[in-house]
Amino acid sequence: MFELLGVSPQALFGQLLLGLINGAFYAMLSLGLAVIFGMLNVVNFAHGALYMTGAFVAWLLLEFLGVGYWPALLIAPLAVAVLGIAIERTMLRWLYKLDHLYGLLLTFGLALIVEGLFRNEYGSSGQPYQIPETLQGGQNLGFMFLPNYRAWVVVASLAICLGTWYTIERTKLGAYLRAATENPALVQAFGINVPRLLTFTYAGGVALAALAGVMAAPMVNVSPQMGSSLIIIVFAVVVIGGMGSILGSIVTGFGLGVIEGLTKVFFPEASNTVIFVIMAIVLLIKPAGLFGRAA
Amino acid sequence: MKTKLMAAAAAVALSIGGAQAQQWSDGTIKIGVMNDMSGLYADLTGIGSVIAARLAVEDFKAAQKGMKVEIVGADHQNKPDVGSGIVRKWIDEDKVDVIVDVPTSSVALAVNEIVREKNKVFLISGAAASDLTGAKCSPNTVHWTYDTWALANGTGKAIVKTGGDTWFFLTADYAFGHALERDTAAVVEKNGGKVVGKVRHPFPGQDFSSFLLQAQNSKAKIIGLANAGGDTINSIKQAAEFGIVKGGQNLAGLLVFISDVKAIGLQTAQGLIFTEAWYWDTNDVNRKFAERFSAAHPKKVYPSMIHAGVYSAVTHYLKALEQTKSDADGKAVVAKMKSMPTDDPLFGKGTIREDGRKIHDMYLFEVKKPAESKGPWDLYKLRATIPAAEAFRPLAEGGCPLVKK
Amino acid sequence: MIAQAPAIAAIGTPRHHYAAFAVMVALAALAQGAFGIYPVFLAKVLCFALFACAFNLLIGFVGLLSFGHAAFWGSAAYASAHAAAKWGLPPELCILFAAFVAAALGAVIGGFAIRRQGIYFAMITLAFAQMIFFIALQAKFTGGEDGLQIPTNYRRIAFGFLNLRDNATLFWFVLGIFLIGFLVIYRVIHSPFGQVLKAIRENQPRAISLGYHVDRYKLVAFVLSAALAGLAGGTKVFVTGSAALTDVNWPMSGEVVLMALLGGMGTIFGPVAGAVVLITIEEFLAERAGAWVSVIQGGIFVLCVLAFRRGIVGELARLLKKPL
Repeated sequence: MFELLGVSPQALFGQLLLGLINGAFYAMLSLGLAVIFGMLNVVNFAHGALYMTGAFVAWLLLEFLGVGYWPALLIAPLAVAVLGIAIERTMLRWLYKLDHLYGLLLTFGLALIVEGLFRNEYGSSGQPYQIPETLQGGQNLGFMFLPNYRAWVVVASLAICLGTWYTIERTKLGAYLRAATENPALVQAFGINVPRLLTFTYAGGVALAALAGVMAAPMVNVSPQMGSSLIIIVFAVVVIGGMGSILGSIVTGFGLGVIEGLTKVFFPEASNTVIFVIMAIVLLIKPAGLFGRAA
Repeated sequence: MKTKLMAAAAAVALSIGGAQAQQWSDGTIKIGVMNDMSGLYADLTGIGSVIAARLAVEDFKAAQKGMKVEIVGADHQNKPDVGSGIVRKWIDEDKVDVIVDVPTSSVALAVNEIVREKNKVFLISGAAASDLTGAKCSPNTVHWTYDTWALANGTGKAIVKTGGDTWFFLTADYAFGHALERDTAAVVEKNGGKVVGKVRHPFPGQDFSSFLLQAQNSKAKIIGLANAGGDTINSIKQAAEFGIVKGGQNLAGLLVFISDVKAIGLQTAQGLIFTEAWYWDTNDVNRKFAERFSAAHPKKVYPSMIHAGVYSAVTHYLKALEQTKSDADGKAVVAKMKSMPTDDPLFGKGTIREDGRKIHDMYLFEVKKPAESKGPWDLYKLRATIPAAEAFRPLAEGGCPLVKK
Repeated sequence: MIAQAPAIAAIGTPRHHYAAFAVMVALAALAQGAFGIYPVFLAKVLCFALFACAFNLLIGFVGLLSFGHAAFWGSAAYASAHAAAKWGLPPELCILFAAFVAAALGAVIGGFAIRRQGIYFAMITLAFAQMIFFIALQAKFTGGEDGLQIPTNYRRIAFGFLNLRDNATLFWFVLGIFLIGFLVIYRVIHSPFGQVLKAIRENQPRAISLGYHVDRYKLVAFVLSAALAGLAGGTKVFVTGSAALTDVNWPMSGEVVLMALLGGMGTIFGPVAGAVVLITIEEFLAERAGAWVSVIQGGIFVLCVLAFRRGIVGELARLLKKPL
């Protein structure tokens, strides 16, 4: 049996798989960010807070209405999408003509408000959320014990990412969306309601974040600060991938999850910083990001 | 609503004392309860500590004894800058005589220096850093409820003695986690156990599965969680997911509070072993205190050991003032507190050591199975009592400059 | 363009700037002396005001939004506290050392960050600052979550005669440092160098075509901003007595952005006003409803962006029809 730097291949496989699972979350979040940025030119700082909101909605549904995981998977993103529509209609809409930085500042403020409100109402220790019964337990893969729930997460998120990519790149709706970012006036002239298109894009992007939140709820502590610790890493992922391409953000998300997973085995002390180091290197070699178009 | 209650709790002068209150520096004894009322430790400390202090003053019957006591509260938001700003202002402008609670070690250490410089009194319940009675000890400070050394020691020793003799540490990669790991490892090895491995995880972490997998592969009987708060909660939650406890390994929490157990839920937390200084359901006096406390608390939570510690510390402080007849000289008051044995309803009899360490029994608890729990706050069963003499770091090992060799 | 301040006319000091400056200094002095506001609180406000001014130098006059200024403020605070606690240097040297450390860090981070503009610049500075946070968390010399405290027995005497234990003296000392920093920024903005920065802000391609080494100008401005943020952070340590992780963490970066935004980005006096308001809110709520600090800050962000983009001083300047 060969060993790599004292780590058996079995352990390595296990860690690769776990990295992929974390990457699924990076991918889903950076995908939403990329879609919103692509269409609205807004860096949505509130993405982390809305991810947290998704998880909390799932918990609230269970706690007060007895609604379980599977319905929550649909209801929570819808609820957050409604919130997203409200945000876009009442606030973001007025900023499109201004410097893009104002969108960042506005959503930063929204993130503070949402996080603060949840903390005041539900405290900061967090809430328990169990894995749905059908997915409890796990499989012994020989090299590791894989909980069924994690297997589900990785499959589901891959499907969602590819579905989003397909919708934007291969369907008629996606074509309108892409056209609207290139030349909104022209698309409007063809009789397409561009403002509504933008509203739905934002709603869709934050619904993705909420979906990721619900999927995370059984794995991590549902607490008000769960989003803010993730959002900065996702920002780095987006900078590395470049915000130009949808596929790019998916690939980068999964890829960085795996790299981070490997770091956790070989040099755990650096697993927090590795993504930022990669970001610095990418900036040196390819300032526009791996998949980005030159600015 | 929280705001209103806090204002009520904080602003109301608790008693209008007799006319002969002139021995107090400015006519009143002013207690400043400062902690985290909105962030990570809000459930554990927060407004509850203000309530605990108020109950202590009531039970002491300060008014009847001619002592005019006032309690103020503040939220340091876990920022040392805010905390030290408040304490300076409290002492300089508002004539606060004693600072109580103060979780978050960076804030507590900053306050420790200020209180020493201004010669007031600092009664710590919330902070964990054992340096507060070690290298950073102060003649104006008493560290009341617990510290990292006591928790590490209690849990480590008890588990090794009951057969958990091989350990793997999951350590938060910063000074606090390192200290927790170091202290526990020392106890484990001293009692004949063995540390088979450790891994440092980034802080704060969301996903611990990778590290848990390493712990699982180590085949150690006990996985020691040298982390705190959200990290501990997530490690325990994910350990359950990966079937680690079912696989025969046990988790030992080195810094677990009642609010953490609530957040994890009994289903996932059952069987977890850890050390605390106080639990509400151990005798009738404590149960009664818990009821009163919960009735007064805006979120109706039950008291944590930190709340109980605030109650106990304030009680002893007032007792010492009865003797010194003056609150002006902080050092003298603390010296008096050290010279008197402590005795209060919640912590029972105890002493305060030269280095400022309060000495009392500690308890090893196990989280109940869901079936064993009879109510939402019925969470622990007592596994062992760690006698006061063994519970805390020996005086000589702390390196406190106040202790003459 | 993000900075909506009326363009500053030319090199040289307009008369009303003297007046505004005099008002600012007089208000500070009166607040301490006549109004009896707690001097340590004022000193803290002045530190944050300088920090906000340093930040504003970038956003207001180069058009670069840094979301990672906590890195400079925080690492300077650590440097200052370390120099005081471990080496026993006198306060003025600690603060100088702190500014130097922040400048060096600014050169490294700035070197990377100026490769991109706009939103990317903001995200990159945020990511780098977070990296500094993790380093501060794990490194030995920062004391991890304990932070660094200035010990009671440290000789807190500046320049050999200013006893900083005395609250009033501390205030005057900090006011002095603040004014030095403020005047440096003022000078820079109104120098030919500052004019080039503004040209870059308005139209970078044209500045390039005029033959300016745009990147070099940006980097110098970035380093200067970092150094001044460091000056503020290093001074803060002697006001609050400690340096800790909250100084390098990202909410601190957000707070300084908010100070500049609220006061008026691209104005000279705006960040000072923003700092005064925000720190006052923070202190006021601490004893009443600390839980609402972040909600209120978020609310101010939203409000400013939607309806109050010029900020306090920006609006004032518009009313007076004079750049402030």
